[in-house]
Amino acid sequence: MFALLRDRKVRGILFQLLTIIGLVAFLWYIGTNTVHNIEQRGIRTGFGFLTGTSGFAINDSPIAYNETYTYWRVFFVGLLNTIIISVIVIFLSSILGLIIGVLRLSNNWLIAKLSSAYIDIFRNIPILLQILFWYNVVLATLPSPRKSIELFGSIFINNRGFYVPKPDMNSTTIGVMVSVAFVFVFVFFLNRWANKRHEETGEDFPVLYTGLGLLVVVPIAAYFIFGANFNFSYPHLRGFNFTGGKTFYPEFLALTFALTIYTATFIAEAVRSGIEAVSKGQKEAAASIGLSSYQALKLVVLPQAIRIAIPPTINQYLNIVKNSSLATAIGYPELVTVFAGTTLNQVGQAIEIISMTMLVYLVVSLVVSALLNWINFKMKIKER
Amino acid sequence: MKSKIAKISIATIAALSLSASVASADTLSDTLSQGYLKCGINSGLPGFASADSKGHWSGIDVEVCRAVAAAVLGDQTKVKYTSLNAKERFTALQSGEIDLLSRNTTWTETRDSSLGLNFAGVNFYDGQGFLVHKSLGVKNAKELDGAAVCVQSGTTTELNLADYFRKNGMKYKLVAYDSNDQVLKGFETGRCDVITSDSSQLYSLRIKLKNPAGSMVLPNIISKEPLGPVVRQGDDKWFNIVKWSYNAMVAAEEAGITSKNVDSMLKSNNPTVKRILGVEGKLGENLGLKKDFAYQIIKQVGNYGEVFERTVGMGSPLKIKRGLNALWTKGGLQYSPPFR
Repeated sequence: MFALLRDRKVRGILFQLLTIIGLVAFLWYIGTNTVHNIEQRGIRTGFGFLTGTSGFAINDSPIAYNETYTYWRVFFVGLLNTIIISVIVIFLSSILGLIIGVLRLSNNWLIAKLSSAYIDIFRNIPILLQILFWYNVVLATLPSPRKSIELFGSIFINNRGFYVPKPDMNSTTIGVMVSVAFVFVFVFFLNRWANKRHEETGEDFPVLYTGLGLLVVVPIAAYFIFGANFNFSYPHLRGFNFTGGKTFYPEFLALTFALTIYTATFIAEAVRSGIEAVSKGQKEAAASIGLSSYQALKLVVLPQAIRIAIPPTINQYLNIVKNSSLATAIGYPELVTVFAGTTLNQVGQAIEIISMTMLVYLVVSLVVSALLNWINFKMKIKER
Repeated sequence: MKSKIAKISIATIAALSLSASVASADTLSDTLSQGYLKCGINSGLPGFASADSKGHWSGIDVEVCRAVAAAVLGDQTKVKYTSLNAKERFTALQSGEIDLLSRNTTWTETRDSSLGLNFAGVNFYDGQGFLVHKSLGVKNAKELDGAAVCVQSGTTTELNLADYFRKNGMKYKLVAYDSNDQVLKGFETGRCDVITSDSSQLYSLRIKLKNPAGSMVLPNIISKEPLGPVVRQGDDKWFNIVKWSYNAMVAAEEAGITSKNVDSMLKSNNPTVKRILGVEGKLGENLGLKKDFAYQIIKQVGNYGEVFERTVGMGSPLKIKRGLNALWTKGGLQYSPPFR
């Protein structure tokens, strides 16, 4: 028996087994103790509350919602708002980050210094302060609805939000939207075909100009085919507030601005470090075969730099999803505000609600990182 | 401004401590052995709970904490205050972070039945109202169709608001914040036209505005808001102590006992006064306290009328009238079951 314990393999297995047993026992103890405590204190348990009527309003919902809907619906409204804000911020901060990252390495002294000043300032101020700054200082100083800033007679800007015209969802609108999507899919495949042909025959195909041309022609054609009937709902002042059109609320705008500007600094740094990691010889080689500095950047440096920049950028995307929960400070109705906040207080079941919320963030983050790891894998240099 | 991190961690810690703490059902002996009362209050609402520049808390809700501390520990100063926002309050109580919640909390059926809570009385009868900018020219809540309304999220106020507008076939734009400070800021910067809250709160929010004269409280009262101290379910002894500490203040006012005359009242011939002050009978001992628990409350904190006038009434900047909060003998609702 003791001889067996001296065997390193057996000992290893034994210790692992003990650790697992210990962990399971610990979790079991916590679980049963929780249930016992909750029962003893007479707190309602289970997920039955989700089918109850919420009774409260939400100011900004992407799906139909009012106070007669259930807590389930509240959960989905919050989840959708979290996803919407994350996707928008990921998109905007990637573009801004890429531009700033490249500009920071510019040979123009002023541009390089301005870019690095931007990064140093916004990277080092806590994100919550930036959100509050945009919300309570910048957007709050806009004029009141009755004194709105008016653009083109149909766009209104005031301290209650940005109001823009919104097309009605009729067959023309849907037809044009589908045609735009169709053009993007078509150009994607066209690009693949053109690349393949370029590799095989060396002939170029003007994908960019073809794409832009199609993007103009096809939607216009679709507009006439589907009845030429655009019907916009315009915002107009009625009583206290504007109605009609599409409203971008200050909570949404402040969060989008703050998160985009904050996260873009980190993405810019990732891009810069990616570019600097590409060896100088590559740039010199590109110059020696007669590429302009723009061509060298686009064709030689960036493709390699982006590969290096992807892993740190994934981290930033994950941070965006998690940082969006700071919206609770200004009342943007994302998951933490309406579900882990308002709903939790109305029904009081902390364990169920907090676990659901944590699970959502875990799942969303895992999906984002799986997606980007897949892209990372596809982008890697294929060693031949 | 509390960050979301603080909020989430409080909820998470609360959830965890529900799991980790071995349920202790004897709050009285816990409080006696630690030597102070753990009391949850509002983070800043003049009249109900607000801190002065030296960090001393005052307000009608704070006085309930003091009264219970005086009854249990014999010293009204032995209280550890935890300031909570509306969203944090119930989890803090459920998890044992506090043992008494005295934070202008409305007594409702759901809270009483499904949150594991017991309401130990009503220390302030309130109702929900509206605060508007005078420049809007609105004189009645029925004229508020289409208005943007600021409200503290996770409150009964938010639910009453939805009911009221639905009942009257009006629309509104909700602007929900999780702290009263942000609600005030939203109102001052013009993010919303109206604040809705318990009307007592509206008066105290109004005096915090930069220009109080520029706003007014509408005459409409749209709900019943009985506010009172709350304890956990499952500890009846503690529930009784809080309930009777509060009743002692109301009974004292009715019997004419004040903090000034309480010592001379010890020699009173009135049997009711004798029972309240513990000169006769064993009322305090039945609760698990000393005989003179009510004497300590009245001596150190005062009777209900004194407390009311000092914190929210004529002796305070709020100048709220007794109204529903007068004694039942004077046409109000404050009523203590007999000390017998």
